[in-house]
Amino acid sequence: MTKKVSVTVSPKKSRREFVKKVKELSGQNLQVCYQCGMCTGNCPAAANMDVSPRRIIEMARLGLEEEVASSRTVWVCASCLNCDVNCPRGVDISKIMEAIRLLTLRKNIDQIRPEDISPEKRSELPQIAMVSGLRKFTG
Amino acid sequence: MSLAYYPGCTLKTKARNLEEPAVASMKVLGLKLDEVPRWNCCGAVYSLAEDDLMHQVAPVRNLIRVKKQGRNELVTLCAFCLNTLKRANLLMKEDAEKRDTLNSFIDEGIDYRGDVKVVHLLEVLRDEIGWEVISQMVKLPLRELKVAPYYGCTLLRPREVAIDSVENPTILREFLEALGARAIDFPESTRCCGSYQVVNNPDDIAEYTRPILNSALSHGAEALVLTCPLCDYNLGQGQNELMKKYGGFRRMPLFYFTQLLALALGLDPKVCHFELNHGKPESLLRIKNLLV
Amino acid sequence: MSVKETKKKSAATAVKEKRQVAAGLIPIYIMGKRYEVPEGLTIMKAMEYAGYILIRGCGCRGGTCGACGTFYRKPGDYKLQVALACQKTVEPDMYIAQIPFFPANRALYDFAGLTAAPEEVFKLYPELFRCVACNSCTKACPQGIEVMDAISALKQGNIAQAAQLSFDCIQCGLCTSRCFGELAQYHMFQLARRIYGARIVPRAEHLAEMVKAVNAGKYDRFLDELKQAKEDELKKVYQEREVEPMAAGEDWKPKDTRYL
Repeated sequence: MTKKVSVTVSPKKSRREFVKKVKELSGQNLQVCYQCGMCTGNCPAAANMDVSPRRIIEMARLGLEEEVASSRTVWVCASCLNCDVNCPRGVDISKIMEAIRLLTLRKNIDQIRPEDISPEKRSELPQIAMVSGLRKFTG
Repeated sequence: MSLAYYPGCTLKTKARNLEEPAVASMKVLGLKLDEVPRWNCCGAVYSLAEDDLMHQVAPVRNLIRVKKQGRNELVTLCAFCLNTLKRANLLMKEDAEKRDTLNSFIDEGIDYRGDVKVVHLLEVLRDEIGWEVISQMVKLPLRELKVAPYYGCTLLRPREVAIDSVENPTILREFLEALGARAIDFPESTRCCGSYQVVNNPDDIAEYTRPILNSALSHGAEALVLTCPLCDYNLGQGQNELMKKYGGFRRMPLFYFTQLLALALGLDPKVCHFELNHGKPESLLRIKNLLV
Repeated sequence: MSVKETKKKSAATAVKEKRQVAAGLIPIYIMGKRYEVPEGLTIMKAMEYAGYILIRGCGCRGGTCGACGTFYRKPGDYKLQVALACQKTVEPDMYIAQIPFFPANRALYDFAGLTAAPEEVFKLYPELFRCVACNSCTKACPQGIEVMDAISALKQGNIAQAAQLSFDCIQCGLCTSRCFGELAQYHMFQLARRIYGARIVPRAEHLAEMVKAVNAGKYDRFLDELKQAKEDELKKVYQEREVEPMAAGEDWKPKDTRYL
C-alpha cells in the first residue's frame, strides 16, 4: 500500500541535473504525463511499492532527487511493461524506471551481491533469472 | 525444410522439457529446428536506456550469425529471449547511428540492418504451418483437458513486438483448440509473474502469482500452459509457497506448450520430460487417459 | 612520433637515430619511456636489455606459464594488442605495459564434493551471469582462445565444451582485466576443466586393467630381478634396451616379448 507522502517543492530542492539526466537516459518527455494514474492502476507490483509509479514521475520531473533515490519503487519494478502499453499519453514509464535505476547503478552502488543469493537458489534459478536479476540490480 | 533456431541458455539444462518436445514435434511437422552455430546468451532483458549500446551487442551478434548463414528468419521457444532479440532487431532497423556503431564494434564484417525476422514458435505454428494442418496431424487429441493459457509479459509487450493482440490475445486458445484441449480464458492471463524479482525480492513472488493462479482456478482450469522458463519457475515456486500459506490453495500442473504439442502429435512422452514439471502433471494426464 | 615532432627533430637527433638504425636498434616504449633495443629480441629480453630486472611478470620464458601477459599499442592505432612478452618479438614504436598480476575472484571449494552438474559452476561463480557477450575477453587472449564462446558454454551448462574450448588457457588473466562484467574467466575455466577431467571424461579402460595387473603382481618377478642385479648388469640392460622407433606402426612388437 503506498503511504501518504508529504514533499516540499522549492527551487532549492529541485535538482535540474537530475531531471535532465532522467529525460536523456529514458528518452521520455516527462512533461506530457497528466498524472492520470493508469500506470499505478495497472502495475502488478504497486502493492509492494512505497511510492507509486505516478508519483515517481511527478517527483522526477520536479527534480526531487533525494526523495526518488530513497524510495524502493524502481527496485520493486519488474519491467512488465504494463504501464507502457496502458499509458494514454504514450509515455514509456518502464524506461523512466530504468533511467532512475541506472543513475544509481552507474555510481557503482549495487542493490544486490551475487553472494547474497543462497547457493540453493543459485542452483535452482533458471539462467534467465540470474542474468536478468544481475542486470537490473548490479552495475 | 528447416528454421534457424535460437535456444537460449536455460533450455539446455533447466528447461529441457521446453526444448526437447519442440525439437521432436517440429521434425514431425516437417520444419526442423536448426540451432544457430556459436549462439551466445542474448542478455535476457532488453536494455531500456537510450545510451546503452553495450547490452545490445549480445542479442545483435546472434542476429548477425543468422544473417551470415544466409537465413532470414529466426525462431525461439523462450518468450524472454524472443522479446530481447526482437527489440534489438527493431533497434538495428530503426536507429541508423546506433546500427553503425554496433556493426562496427561487433566487427563481423557485415552491415546488419535488422532484416532477419524474429518469431516465436507459436507464430510459426499459426502462420507457417497452420492450425488446420496441426489438427489433422494430432494423433492423441487432448480430450478436452481444461488448460488456461498464460501469456505473461514478454510475448505481448511492448506493442511493437507483440505476437498477438495486447489486450485480447487468442493465439494460445487457437493452439489449445487445435490440439483438442479446452482453452480456459481468464482475466489475469497477461499479468506479470514477478520476473527477475525472484532474485532480489523472492518473498514477493508468491503474491505476484496468487491472482494469476486463483483466477485460473476459479475459472475452472485444470492446468496452465506456459511459454517461458521464468514464469514456470515463479508460478511453480509460487504455488508451493501459497500451499504453505493458505490451507485451501490447490496446486495444478504447469505445462510448456511444446509438451502439449508433442503429446497430441502422439510422440513418446519421454521426450516431454514431465518429471521436470511443477504440480504433478503425470497424475492429471493419467486421469484424463492421456498417459499410460 | 607525430608529424609535428618529426619536423622539430634537430640535426643531431636525426644523425643519432640513423646510427641506431644502422646498428639494428629500434625504439620501443616501456610504460611510456623510450628505449632503443636490438631488433629480433622478445619483449621480455628487450625489457632486460633496457635495464629492467624482472622478478614478477616473467616465469617459464616458454609461453606456457602465463606470467608475462602484455598489452601494447602502436602510435596512431586505437587497437589494443596482446602478447606474451617471452614469445613476441619487438616491433618499432611499440608502447607496452605488462600485467604481471590482476585481482581476480577465485572461489574456494572442496573438489572432492563436486559433481559433474553445471550447477556447481553456477553456485561457485554466480557472477558468470554478468557476462554481456561483449567479446572483450576474446580480443584480450594471447592464446587465441574463443573466451566468450567458452563462457557462453558455461552459462548454457555445457562444462565439456567450456573445458575443451579453454584447453590452451595459460591463466595469464588478461581476459579478466578487460571484462565488462568483472568475471574471472580463467578461474571459471579451470573449474570446468577439473570437473571435466575428473567427472565427465570416460575412464581409460586399458589403464584400469593395467593397474589391476600390476597390483596383482604381473611385474613383480621382473622388478625383483632388476632390484637384485649388480650395477654392471643394470648398466648393460639399460644400454641394450630396445626403444620403440618414432615411426612404429600399430603392429610393432619388441624382440623381447617377456614384458607384454
